[in-house]
Amino acid sequence: MLIENITGKRLWRGVHVPEFKEQTCHLPIRRLPFAPMLVVPLSQHTGAPAVPIVREGQEVVRGEPIAEAGGFMSVPMHAPATGRVERIALAPSARGDLTRAIYIRPYASASQEVLYGAPQDIDRMTPDEIVRAVQATGVVGLGGAAFPTHVKLKVPEGKRIDTVVVNGCECEPYLTSDHRVMVEYPKEVLYGARVAMRAVGAARAIVGVEDNKMDAVAALKKARGAAQDIKIEAVAAKYPQGAEKMLIKVLLGREIPSGGLPSDIGVGVFNVATLAQIGELLPQRQGLIERVMTVSGPGVTRPGNYLVALGTPIRWILEQAGCTDQATSVILGGPMMGASIGSFDVPVTKGVTGILVLTNRESDTRVFPCIHCASCVTICPMHLNPSQLGMLARKERYEEMAAEYHLNDCFECGCCSYVCPSHIPLVQYFRVAKQTLRKAKALA
Amino acid sequence: MNTTVIEVRTSPHLHSGHSVDAIMRNVVYALLPICAYSVWLFGISALLLIATTTAACVLTEHILCRASGKPSSIGDFSVVITGVLLGLILPPGLPLWMACVGAFIAVAPGKMLFGGLGFNAFNPALVGRAFLQAAFPVAITSYTPALAMHRFTELIPSTLAWPLMKSPPLTDWIAKVRVDAFSGATPLMLQKFEHISTDPWTLFLGQRAGSAGETPALLILICGAYLIARKMMDWRIPVAMLSSAFLFSALFHLANPARYPSPWFMLFSGGLILGAVFMATDPVASPVTPLGMWIYGVSMGLITILIRLLGGLAEGVMYSILLGNALSPLIDKFAQPKPYGASKKVAI
Repeated sequence: MLIENITGKRLWRGVHVPEFKEQTCHLPIRRLPFAPMLVVPLSQHTGAPAVPIVREGQEVVRGEPIAEAGGFMSVPMHAPATGRVERIALAPSARGDLTRAIYIRPYASASQEVLYGAPQDIDRMTPDEIVRAVQATGVVGLGGAAFPTHVKLKVPEGKRIDTVVVNGCECEPYLTSDHRVMVEYPKEVLYGARVAMRAVGAARAIVGVEDNKMDAVAALKKARGAAQDIKIEAVAAKYPQGAEKMLIKVLLGREIPSGGLPSDIGVGVFNVATLAQIGELLPQRQGLIERVMTVSGPGVTRPGNYLVALGTPIRWILEQAGCTDQATSVILGGPMMGASIGSFDVPVTKGVTGILVLTNRESDTRVFPCIHCASCVTICPMHLNPSQLGMLARKERYEEMAAEYHLNDCFECGCCSYVCPSHIPLVQYFRVAKQTLRKAKALA
Repeated sequence: MNTTVIEVRTSPHLHSGHSVDAIMRNVVYALLPICAYSVWLFGISALLLIATTTAACVLTEHILCRASGKPSSIGDFSVVITGVLLGLILPPGLPLWMACVGAFIAVAPGKMLFGGLGFNAFNPALVGRAFLQAAFPVAITSYTPALAMHRFTELIPSTLAWPLMKSPPLTDWIAKVRVDAFSGATPLMLQKFEHISTDPWTLFLGQRAGSAGETPALLILICGAYLIARKMMDWRIPVAMLSSAFLFSALFHLANPARYPSPWFMLFSGGLILGAVFMATDPVASPVTPLGMWIYGVSMGLITILIRLLGGLAEGVMYSILLGNALSPLIDKFAQPKPYGASKKVAI
């Protein structure tokens, strides 16, 4: 046991965060009813927004395309429910600004069954056909990044991918949606992984699952059987292992070069929920219209994992799951990297892994000067120097931060802010610094 | 639910729960057993000394904060550490007025002038002691025997000396109260000037003359281990400094065993253990990068040994740490960590 602890695959940096997963990790996925109005933003992913192909007043069937991809770096949208397109107008988004969205009023009798779609034979498809078919499903990275999956499946010229890494870490506290997907849909996950392997031309896949989800490991192993192409590895739980750079390093010992992509070192990384959706939708030529998310946190009365139609307003979900009046903050995603929202009217999009309702007040936290305790430096998973970066940020020496202290390698995991005994909002400093530099670059 | 007011804030939304004042408070807790041992070893004079330096330091910081129109920062407990540490590194019989001067120098120019907590370039307690060493070279090297008779009922005569007056000579008093084996000189002084060696075991357990709190090596190590276990102190600096001091003194000892004492003696004598565990680790004045901490610790261990064995002073811990503090920014500049993925930079 001890030997295994020392020699087992693990993340050396990072932090042990309290998990808070026991509230929801045993609860099966349940489907929520349709909200009275579904708001489907046209930009739910990284890249160009989708282009609407329906008009106001038109009837749509659940699963039918309602917007087409606005280029290769974009995906189509599908109607989450059978109903009528009320209007195409601005809607609040998690980032705070307004974005264009298609408002659909589901019919009172609308069924949850998806009748739209037609079977297709994936085994006969070429890699390029798979890429196009995946784009048509509208699937993007469901781990939170919402990066179009088909773009990752298209191997760039001159590069070769030998390994598909399947990310089942789910290292963020509270979140258990990936966990439940692995337990309840292991066949779909593995099927999705094999589709990805065929598309990128990789001979093997490794599924990385944190060792606090051994039932997921067991379910995946059972579904895999004796097949040799997919390896399932339990890795010691630690945040931020679910970041692709970390997981690749832990599983394969390879480092993505600064500013590079996994494909630079022959790896393609996909989240388990993404692959499960591909495994389920692709054979039926259907589109992504709902996703599993964890609704949890101290302010939720009926926490659980819910299958929610895309476009459902947060207000509706919290009404269904119950929200106490002690709520002080609502977070989309995990508590380490998730964004807090300013309006309950924000709709659920493809990248939302969970909704957390927190009850602590942050406004009375006292901020001390940096005492150089070095906690942030010794835990930064990217081996940066957040202490020094923070001091430069205070003086707004942003260029120096980027040029000499590798500011742009920071992926904002939040470990430094988490450990800082002076409660310095380091990650926020770095976000502002990066944004300012981006703007300056755009103006130049 | 419509009446609920929600805060919009930035990630991360969780925090480890560590805070500066809690860390500082725990360092004070970790120093208390050492204070207690000091009082047992040297009597009520040590108690008065530690209480005086602490009170003087706290008062100085409070007054200076108020004078500059800022809220008092004594609530973060960092100045309490400075006060207690200063008491622990002074000879137990030091006149209290000198202790007050040292406390004022430690806090006023040593800390507040730089901008208070987080900005002091040097360990404030050591700044105070360095000043006293320069100003009162005799008093700061006048050590009294450990376990003296009547130590719980009588003060060491020099303790209550009048300010700016010559303090009463201690030789007669020492002759009167000493218990057989213990004289007033510290083991390092005995070694350096009289070539009398002290058994490392005695040093390890701490029943010897010396500064008020530097003697109990074992106890100091335990208290440091408590802070390291609670993740309130980094282990690299004490480990680096102690192992480098041990290693370099072992080299000297192997080269000339007759002239240079054993590495165990060097490790447990003087203020090395207290300095390495509680002074060199002052986060503000030490490097932040892991490699920097190793360089810092190793060089302090080396300098300590060089001063002790080749220099004119019996003890070199204070100057080696102050020198290390001065070098910290430079060390940090050259010991930046190598970022993940930096070796093969891709042009974007």
